[in-house]
Amino acid sequence: MSIRIAVGQGSCGIAAGAAKVFAALEQQLAGSAVSLGTVGCIGMCWLEPIVDLYEDNRLAARLVRICPDDAARIAEAARTGDLSGIAGLTISAEDSRFLEQQTRIALRNCGIIDPNSLESARAAGGYAALEAVLTGKGMTPEEVIACIKVSGLAGRGGAGFPTWFKWNAARQSPGDEKYLICNADEGDPGAFMDRAVIESDPHTLIEGMLIGAYAIGAKEAVVYVRAEYPLAIRRLSHAIDEAKAAGLIGQHILGTDFSCEFRIKAGAGAFVCGEETALIESLEGQRGMPRLKPPFPAAAGYWQKPSNINNVETFANVAWIIQHGGEAFAAMGTEGSKGTKVFALTGKIQRSGLVEIPMGMTLREVIFGIGGGVRDGRQFKAVQLGGPSGGCVPAELLDTVIDYKELSATGAIMGSGGMVVMDDTTCMVSMAKFFLDFTAKESCGKCVHCRIGTKRMQEILDRIVSGDGKPEDLDLLEELCLAVRDGALCGLGQTAPNPVLTALRYFRPEFEAHTAVEKRCPAHACAALLQYEIDAEKCRGCTACARKCPVGAIAGNVRQPHTIDKNQCIRCGACFAACRFDAVSRL
Amino acid sequence: MENQSARAKSDLSLLAPVLAEYAPQKGSLITILQHAQDIYGYLPADVLFHIAEQTGTTPAKVMGVATFYTQFRFQPVGKYLIQLCDGTACHVNGSAQIAEAIRQHLHIENGGTTADGLFSLNIVACLGCCSLSPVMTVNDDSYGALTPEKAVAILDGLRAKEAAV
Ligand SMILES: Cc1cc2nc3c(=O)[nH]c(=O)nc-3n(C[C@H](O)[C@H](O)[C@H](O)COP(=O)(O)O)c2cc1C
Ligand code: FES
Repeated sequence: MSIRIAVGQGSCGIAAGAAKVFAALEQQLAGSAVSLGTVGCIGMCWLEPIVDLYEDNRLAARLVRICPDDAARIAEAARTGDLSGIAGLTISAEDSRFLEQQTRIALRNCGIIDPNSLESARAAGGYAALEAVLTGKGMTPEEVIACIKVSGLAGRGGAGFPTWFKWNAARQSPGDEKYLICNADEGDPGAFMDRAVIESDPHTLIEGMLIGAYAIGAKEAVVYVRAEYPLAIRRLSHAIDEAKAAGLIGQHILGTDFSCEFRIKAGAGAFVCGEETALIESLEGQRGMPRLKPPFPAAAGYWQKPSNINNVETFANVAWIIQHGGEAFAAMGTEGSKGTKVFALTGKIQRSGLVEIPMGMTLREVIFGIGGGVRDGRQFKAVQLGGPSGGCVPAELLDTVIDYKELSATGAIMGSGGMVVMDDTTCMVSMAKFFLDFTAKESCGKCVHCRIGTKRMQEILDRIVSGDGKPEDLDLLEELCLAVRDGALCGLGQTAPNPVLTALRYFRPEFEAHTAVEKRCPAHACAALLQYEIDAEKCRGCTACARKCPVGAIAGNVRQPHTIDKNQCIRCGACFAACRFDAVSRL
Repeated sequence: MENQSARAKSDLSLLAPVLAEYAPQKGSLITILQHAQDIYGYLPADVLFHIAEQTGTTPAKVMGVATFYTQFRFQPVGKYLIQLCDGTACHVNGSAQIAEAIRQHLHIENGGTTADGLFSLNIVACLGCCSLSPVMTVNDDSYGALTPEKAVAILDGLRAKEAAV
């Protein structure tokens, strides 16, 4: 029996301390026969750092929330094969269900293989699909495109456009010089699916891209990775080097006539560069401002040549589809949405991490079934899908199934996979403002509707959360939303109103409370709208609040009830936090 | 005209290998700027002029590209660059309170640097560690599940480390 230890070292694992755990294990295992390795992210981020023990390649124990002090015990167990000493560190049956309820295709190797090893990727079936396409009986580019068409794979970057259609258009475009581009800009805050795939299983991305390049007839492939992902860039460039050395990238791949070179381009921080034509501008070294479409990239993209752009997750499905057949992929999901989708489940959720599920599951199944529901025993309020281009879905729509059409009908979108859960302490007005602050800042300024429209909307929302809103502001806001949606040049501006429109649609009373004469924030989140009062019955006169008040607005003698001068009060909430007798109330 | 003395500070020879490799490749301006920032820590004016000259474009074009992207800085930063996330997940989990604590503790605003040159604060949108939100990075290290107290303790730890050397 041989035992192998694998430490999950994606960015989130490392942020939780996995590198220190690894170092401690390395020290403890010095001179022993136990092998120690790195894997990527299994997606159970709330349990990081995670250490897996494999016995003859079978997972024998998954240890969670490990700290360097546990290393000695783990090393001892691995050396002796007696796992009883580490039973207390093992994942609970409850938490294990997080993975058991998923169907992993794009994430199939994540957290299982060593992302820094081509050998490890190949042992897990890596590049078998590429071999099937290029060698032996092989597949023609048309056959590859037909297989993807049968699978029903749609773009996972947000828009959900059929992948085969784009590939076919790029293939049909005249010209020898074509480009295949991978969009790894992942700008939607709260989403990290693409980062996890690249950090955990870069060869699956490379293989999917090679098959795509073969299908469209591209000799050059470029991955545009956002600058905030240094580890992903390091692992991907290592993987490209290894694949090149093995004859999987470069000239005459696998000894055939197919040649394709790979390049990584690091982004420089601009959300709009996730939009495909802006991304192309940025690849060309320009300001990342979107182009008017048409012409579409399939006709005139990178350097005005036919180009095809897909998201990381889209490519990560390709090799699986080739190997298992388009029908197998299409067998999962709903009528209009096939296969699986990866979501980054975050916010006020019990189990925060990455989930991949077949289309057709309901939001409730994902958030409550897999994610364990809302944290700290609070009430679910809404889930935000699709980030700044998406919208929020309220509790009464939790049974909506995950399907492009069904989600769009709620006013939100499938998006790239960000799923941020909000509880009753989240103010939907201030969330709408949060997204508008983001889009107004990220607007590239090329078109008037987006540049000025988002600014004006932001001002209105600013006014509302600061207590200066008027009831008629809501209609004005809605009108502006529609104008920006219809008038903006690119997807950024066209979708920027979505978070506001959905919030208005499902939480209008909350907006009205902010703009009514009394000006209230029902979630008690907008500081400017809060009022503090001391309940004379409950106040013991301990003076804790008066001592904490930064502006001396609280008066009262020791052991006498205190009072707050509302005119002096700056609504900082220090008294509310300081009171141990629950005597300060927040209205 | 540009102040000549202000333009002649940086050691431009450091950039020569980067320009030799990338200047002949079309579309490499952003890559060149990224390397330049790695070398100098920020993009000094004289370096920007030099890049324009060497790549055969105008300073306006170089400046236009550099100012479009948030990664590029035009002022030196402190020894420790704090990037505090205010992406959606971090925002929902209270990043505003962390920002306030750091601002008060270091007496700097977003984008500012402490008087001793030790810390700079940048509030960014999403570091990709959303499941550990709220998150910040200090240079190459990430810290998750922050509270205002924890964030301040991390900065104090770094300051103490500096004082010890
Ligand atoms: C403002 C904006 C930001 C976008 N950001 C991303 C992104 O970060 N990642 C991505 O894959 N697609 C993004 N997209 C979608 C791309 O324009 C494009 O549709 C996608 O990369 C195509 O790949 P797919 O067909 O595989 O989804 C964005 C679109 C817009 C309008
Ligand atoms: S939202 Fe903060 S790391 Fe993603």
